[in-house]
Amino acid sequence: MKDWRYWLAEQRGTLLAFGIFIVMFAIYSANHPAGFTANVVQTAANKGVLLAFVAMAQTLVVITAGIDLSVGMIFTLTNCMASWLVIGTGLETAFGVLAVLGTGLLCGAVNGAIVIYGRLQPIVATIATGAVFFGLALLLRPVPGGSVNEDLADFLTGRFFGVVPASLVALLVIVLVVWVPFSRSELGRAAYAAGSSETAAYMSGVPIRRGKFLAYTLAGLLAAIGGLFLTFFTYTGEAAYASGNAYTLFSIAAVVLGGVSLFGGKGSAIGAIFGALAFRTIGDLLFVFDFDPLWQPLFQGVILLIAVSLGAFALFRVRNRLEWFL
Amino acid sequence: MSETTLGGIAGRMPKFLRRADPAVVTAFACIVVLLLLGSLYSRSFLSPEYLLQQLKVASFLGVIATGMMLVILLGQIDLSVPWSVATGAMMACAAAAYGSVGVALAIPFGVLCGVAIGLVNGIGVAYLRIPSMIITLATNAVAQGLMVVYTGGFSPQDSATAAMRYLATGFTIPGVPNAVIIWALIGAAMVFVLTRTSFGRAVYGIGNRERAAYLSGIDTRRIVLIAFAVSGGLSAFGGVLLAGYASKAAQSMGDAYLLPSIAAVVLGGTSILGGRGSYLGTVAGVILITLLQSILSVMQMPEAGRQIIYGAVIVSMLLLYGRAPASR
Repeated sequence: MKDWRYWLAEQRGTLLAFGIFIVMFAIYSANHPAGFTANVVQTAANKGVLLAFVAMAQTLVVITAGIDLSVGMIFTLTNCMASWLVIGTGLETAFGVLAVLGTGLLCGAVNGAIVIYGRLQPIVATIATGAVFFGLALLLRPVPGGSVNEDLADFLTGRFFGVVPASLVALLVIVLVVWVPFSRSELGRAAYAAGSSETAAYMSGVPIRRGKFLAYTLAGLLAAIGGLFLTFFTYTGEAAYASGNAYTLFSIAAVVLGGVSLFGGKGSAIGAIFGALAFRTIGDLLFVFDFDPLWQPLFQGVILLIAVSLGAFALFRVRNRLEWFL
Repeated sequence: MSETTLGGIAGRMPKFLRRADPAVVTAFACIVVLLLLGSLYSRSFLSPEYLLQQLKVASFLGVIATGMMLVILLGQIDLSVPWSVATGAMMACAAAAYGSVGVALAIPFGVLCGVAIGLVNGIGVAYLRIPSMIITLATNAVAQGLMVVYTGGFSPQDSATAAMRYLATGFTIPGVPNAVIIWALIGAAMVFVLTRTSFGRAVYGIGNRERAAYLSGIDTRRIVLIAFAVSGGLSAFGGVLLAGYASKAAQSMGDAYLLPSIAAVVLGGTSILGGRGSYLGTVAGVILITLLQSILSVMQMPEAGRQIIYGAVIVSMLLLYGRAPASR
């Protein structure tokens, strides 16, 4: 195969997610009462970026053929933590940010250690650690409250030069600092290999354990960045069980929309980001068409159901029925 | 493979112990330890009234975990439990508002709604080959969306019928709560299906290797579909019982049952990868989880602490005996 065709085949999922997002956002902004303005883009970006961070976190784990059902709870926990720590003078704020990110790393590392070295199934292990993380969040914030360094928050949720949403720039920076080096590193490749075929990767001497551990740990970090941004947007911390669960669910939806294979080994965080942005835009379409907000959960659920069913079309290409059973 | 037969008790004890699944034995040992710890805290912990009360609370989880176990034996998982439970409860209560016919059909209607959710799951998993974790999360979201639209975002005002209350809180046999009898009946049926029918054999077969089961002539897709429908129905029935217990349905009543039902099944020695596990283990897991929750609430632990201890205990118990084999 020629190089560009190979590249196209590899990036098909990501490009599809990008396409869906562009179409959805065009419909959204065309029907928005205010039209395509910097304000509309900024609001949409701020909402979408939160899910994008959590979806990136989910991607890293899904690539290793695992799943992290605690990302939403890490997101909630770090939100509650940030509402205590990211406040005060510049130095104190910086320390707070580091502490919050460190907590995220630690949560991810705990998940990784339990799944890889404890050899527990990711589903059960992360549901259980999710309960622990939520308990910690509740301990920090029994009732919603707290505050955040508003200068930093306004800077990161505002606009650069009056046009570019700062949150999008932050997302880009995180992609360049976390995702790009990871996916190009030896350990990143090991994570992909482990997801593709753990046995084959093991036999070839790929460091699958370290690769998977790094993936889980970085997932915690990315979820924590999401939690930090949530605090910047809301100025408060809240240990909301429903919202944490919703983010876990939506992160999986975004990952699927973004063309990341749930069987592991295929897809990229860039795809998941566009999946997340597209998912958010689809959810918000209801508002520009003046539907009752009560219908939003149902609408999002149906979108999710359709998105996951689309993968079934691959079945029509299966010639041998035994391939149903992987 | 690791069958725990009660018939082994008839033989010599050492033989029984040798034949028993270590996971089930550990789970029962943990129950004894929990009871001892509890009795150190309070005298009334070993009283028959308290134990019977625990068994009654456990039976709601037991009914839900029965369905979960069937799905886990297949090597799948059902994450739509929270809103299957809530849908069953809400729809049963809603039916009760439609005159005497509605009251009579309340329980079947609630259960049928759960079966419908299960059927969607089953079709997705068996025929569309969508990973069960994903499709059940999606149907859970759809069920939630439907219920939010139906209730307008508030807890519904309809209340449970007398029959639902009787099932959950009444006494047919003096001293034994009805809920416990129901769990016993469902459990007995499950044991029969799993050990004495070709359906049960097929479930274990599919859990071990679906491809092999298919090649040996089992219509694996139909079996998977039925298993998910049963799981949805049992979740909804658990919801109906819970609504009878609390005499009404609530928005998030099912949230507290997802982790416990999975944990109960897995702590009972059923492999999360499918194909291995006994119902006796699930019974042990359900009682274990219920006792743990009860002890934490008796100690007046705040919600935060309960969540932390709960998650930590489940992880550590799984580390004790739920580990996957190492890579060669």
